[in-house]
Amino acid sequence: MAIPDRHGRFGPYGGRYVPETLMPALLELEEVYQRTRRDKRFQAELKHYLKDYVGRPTPLYFAERLTKRLGGAKIYLKREDLCHTGAHKINNAIGQALLAKRMKKPRLIAETGAGQHGVATATVAAMFGLECEIYMGTEDMQRQALNVFRMRLLGATVTGVDAGSRTLKDAISEAMRDWTTNVRTTHYVLGSVLGAHPYPMMIRDFQSVIGREARKQILAAEGRLPDGLVACVGGGSNAIGLFHAFVPDKKVKLVGVEAGGLGIESGKHAARFAGGRPGVLQGTMTYLLQDDNGQVNLTHSVSAGLDYAAVGPEHSFHKETNRAQYTSVTDDEALAAFDLLAREEGIMPALESAHAIAEVMRSAPTMKKSQVLIVNLSGRGDKDVQQVARMKGVTL
Amino acid sequence: MLNFELTREPRATNDKPEEWTEDMNRLDHTLSQLKAKGEKALITYIMAGDPSLQETEQLVLELEHAGADVIELGVPFSDPIADGPVIQKAAERGLRSGTSLRMILESVRHLRTNTQIPIVLMAYYNNIHAFGEAEFCRKAVDAGIDGLIVPDMPPDEAGPLRGPADEAGLHLIFLLAPTSTAARRAYVAKESGGFVYYVSITGITGAKLNDIAGVRDNVAKIRKHTKTPVAVGFGVATPDDAARVADVADGVIVGSAIVRRVGEHGQDGRLIQEVGAFVRSLKAAMQPA
Ligand SMILES: Cc1ncc(COP(=O)(O)O)c(C=O)c1O
Repeated sequence: MAIPDRHGRFGPYGGRYVPETLMPALLELEEVYQRTRRDKRFQAELKHYLKDYVGRPTPLYFAERLTKRLGGAKIYLKREDLCHTGAHKINNAIGQALLAKRMKKPRLIAETGAGQHGVATATVAAMFGLECEIYMGTEDMQRQALNVFRMRLLGATVTGVDAGSRTLKDAISEAMRDWTTNVRTTHYVLGSVLGAHPYPMMIRDFQSVIGREARKQILAAEGRLPDGLVACVGGGSNAIGLFHAFVPDKKVKLVGVEAGGLGIESGKHAARFAGGRPGVLQGTMTYLLQDDNGQVNLTHSVSAGLDYAAVGPEHSFHKETNRAQYTSVTDDEALAAFDLLAREEGIMPALESAHAIAEVMRSAPTMKKSQVLIVNLSGRGDKDVQQVARMKGVTL
Repeated sequence: MLNFELTREPRATNDKPEEWTEDMNRLDHTLSQLKAKGEKALITYIMAGDPSLQETEQLVLELEHAGADVIELGVPFSDPIADGPVIQKAAERGLRSGTSLRMILESVRHLRTNTQIPIVLMAYYNNIHAFGEAEFCRKAVDAGIDGLIVPDMPPDEAGPLRGPADEAGLHLIFLLAPTSTAARRAYVAKESGGFVYYVSITGITGAKLNDIAGVRDNVAKIRKHTKTPVAVGFGVATPDDAARVADVADGVIVGSAIVRRVGEHGQDGRLIQEVGAFVRSLKAAMQPA
């Protein structure tokens, strides 16, 4: 069965819960996307930019010292941190910018949490000569100040959102309001596998290049499929991107890692599968952190990119069908993973990606040396250096 | 051949207004009465629980007194994507006063000892989903609610509500927008009960209305698909706006302009008086010349 179905449903999850004003734009986007994805010229153009602008394929790197140190499964890192702009987000931003050009929409808007998606969108807007406005929670602007300045250097307008938790969720609401107002001239470049159909499907497709490459690369390196894949899950785009090509390979275990914040018991986290239940937020039916009345809970994570109350609907589907397992790691565990990867491999991961590394620190030692894990290193840690200093109590 | 369905005489205007009886939906009753008199409905929106549910009840009675024909009660939600800053802030105040959907239903039940004015709830989908779709429809009608507007639920996603709403006699009111295509107009107009809510601007609540000709065109196009009344909202802020909209539609919906006054006078003791005066000015502007 192909998912999603034509209503954008992944089993009971997904759908299109938006104001009527946006329905025509979503239907148009779906129509244009379905047409262009089969268009050879579009695919050639996308491939060209992914290769010569983004720098794909990204390497699949055998982390030998990390493997030795953990003493179990062989660990491979899928190096999305080596993409232009430093994270996987640009795979999707390029695809959507090309679609916006086809729909003749001269203005791009986007939300951003960690700032990586904002930087990616500002980057492709500059490259294609499109106007660009980025919405970002004021709390995130503070913890990702470097990325705010990067976006401005790239010519984007960065608009702070001072509502709710002042993080990713509030930035998405504000971007949706902008889109509702300017839908005729504006394309909304949503940054993760969230929101109303066709976004979760389309963004998955744009990110699935990660898993297609990794599958070929691991077959070349090991002559077999891996035993497991590990990726952090904010909205879930880098995870779905890595998982998608392996979903039919039932023997490959898929593990998504959510933000455990200060611990699940503390209530200060963003682990939707540990503390949430299905509901509707920002266009889609999915697992959601909410109270008994259906009000959305505030979330916490040291990592702005994982600090969100809902999760992509396809992950809810994989969770329910048991195709993927979901776990969480705390802020402190993520920070320890950041340190370990920096010291053992000379790679500073984004704090988001450090969550995936932290899970590997737990699982790899319990596995056989003959077993193989692929971890998605979704982004580089330069943007987080100030935040890490703050956590360590160091003033720069 | 004569078609008796289509040639039935409209109700004579000098008839005594028919009394509402319990088997009637209050919204249908009121809108058909107004139509028979050649008048337009004034539909006023306030946020439930802003500043408190007790004051909401007082406000509802005052709105009716001041000439409102239908009350729309907003249900405060943490993430109101279709609302501008004025209603967002009202939702925050409603949440801060501890207002929940269950409590709102109790307030409406209480109000029903004093008034039979039609009451429509405007709630985001997750609040309804958390309550349980079927249970909500039963309890809402039982409490005295006549219709439901869910701004983030187009009819395409209304499956789980359709059966229970029809069974309970709760109107599902859907929205059309300036961006709606002909196909969507036909579909949404057919699905909408009580009235069709035409969103007068491409945008969120509280934006400015400036294209009355466009509104007139769109209302005419919607009327080709349905006999259900068409009410126009989003951006109706002044008595002059209300008059212009009353000229082209069956109902005028005023939200942010009232909610702003609730925000300004919520704590100064003049709440009821200020809101009442404003609604009277809207109603006066809408009287046929
Ligand atoms: C480096 C990096 N990884 C992961 C994420 C989380 O997003 P997603 O779950 O969609 O991959 C972000 C989001 O900002 C990010 O910047």
